[in-house]
Amino acid sequence: MPSAQRHHRFLELASIPLLLLFWQVLAMLMAQRLFPTPLAVGAELIHLATAERLLPDLGQTLIRAGLGFFLAMVLGTALGLVLGRVRSLDRLFSGWLIVGLNLPAIVVAILFYIWLGLTETALISAVVVNKLPLVAATIREGVRNFAPEYDELARAMRWPLARRLRLVFIPQLMPFVLAAARTGLSLIWKIVLVFEVLGSDGGVGYRVSLFFQFFDITSILAYTTAFIAVVLAVEYGLLRPLEHKVLKWRADPA
Amino acid sequence: MARGPSLNLSIAEKRYATNAAPVLAGIDLTIAPGSVTAILGPSGIGKSTLLRMIAGLDTQFSGSIQIDGQSPIDAPPPGFVFQDPRLLPWLTVLDNIRTAGQGVDTATALSALERTGLTSAAKLYPRQLSGGMQRRASLARALAMSSGLLILDEPFVSLDRALVGEMQDLVAEIIAADQPTTLLVTHMPEDAARLADRVLILAGQPAKVVADIHLPSPVIFRDRKDITSHLRTIEGAIGFRTRPEI
Repeated sequence: MPSAQRHHRFLELASIPLLLLFWQVLAMLMAQRLFPTPLAVGAELIHLATAERLLPDLGQTLIRAGLGFFLAMVLGTALGLVLGRVRSLDRLFSGWLIVGLNLPAIVVAILFYIWLGLTETALISAVVVNKLPLVAATIREGVRNFAPEYDELARAMRWPLARRLRLVFIPQLMPFVLAAARTGLSLIWKIVLVFEVLGSDGGVGYRVSLFFQFFDITSILAYTTAFIAVVLAVEYGLLRPLEHKVLKWRADPA
Repeated sequence: MARGPSLNLSIAEKRYATNAAPVLAGIDLTIAPGSVTAILGPSGIGKSTLLRMIAGLDTQFSGSIQIDGQSPIDAPPPGFVFQDPRLLPWLTVLDNIRTAGQGVDTATALSALERTGLTSAAKLYPRQLSGGMQRRASLARALAMSSGLLILDEPFVSLDRALVGEMQDLVAEIIAADQPTTLLVTHMPEDAARLADRVLILAGQPAKVVADIHLPSPVIFRDRKDITSHLRTIEGAIGFRTRPEI
């Protein structure tokens, strides 16, 4: 491994411990009740996970986020492909996309809760509607960036559609799909929590809203830490290896 | 690669758009199997368009093109070397060759790489190759297709002098060994003098064939003297006596 690469790897590995250190220093400077130390939060996290409802709450939130993410990615990708390929539809619906991108998430959630009641369907639908325009816009950009010369190569080779998709279309789209997935996932985590605070009977957001009523900062941070741990696990355990595998032909996959 | 097909071109007119002026008109040609035909002309005259029509990439024209009696779309896909190497950057060099046409087996792909001196680069990605190596990989891909028709669209453009010589020798070897019907578009008379046994010069608006020159002496045995003599013939037909670029 070249030294520059080793240096970058070291900085990456040092990032989270540095954050914990920063947290510890900050906690030592502030009142313990307002800002508990990482150790206190860690102990509370273990307690909540073993004796309370941390794990079911986390699971509930992850299922909602996962389902919302999956639906938004599938529908958004399909929409982005159509808009990127069919100019007339793009012209017709580009205004809709701008509206969708700028629609406040909280408004969408309130509307869906009013229309569909405080149900899972309302929550997940609101997540999908919030996320879908971003995915569609990213994928549309990807389709617009397709290199026409590879299309011509495919025609010169007489590649059938399936081969063309596999060799030309999907590889060009993948960087945009991954970008949409990454930005989408970070957005969805946050939206789901807000929507759970607004109207849900479980999940991380719901539980945090209960802790808020008792000003229980340690528990709020314990839930947040558990949630962040899951986000990091998805980032480092799933997204990055996938990105590395799919984009290894590039000089710098990141 | 089998000895190449014959080509019959009868192009009445080619326009880029319905209301646009024609770019090519009245091109009637028969190209013999296994011959090497260089097409010369200034930039923008329609040389690459003509190649694209022959390859079946552009079917919007009046007239007909027959490759061994078949339309370009029905004929086997030609080995096409584009102006840029046009390797798929997400595939290794070997995979770029293996995906040529309807797909070729690994042995054929490796053989094409060996002939172009790229065996050691098989596992590399295109970005890891030099410009000259990318051109050779593009040629290897065309070779692997084995259709007998080799289309070279300015294959030496933007290469340095030494690399041009190296690539020309490689193409000459391939032509001598496989005898594909080869179409070479170039704006450098030297390329034609080195590689072609027939030179077509396109000129005018719409472009027509204004000179059809047959060059003696087999491509592979051409020495400097032959090339200089052919170059004079070509330049004479073009109307320039001095510098080759037209």
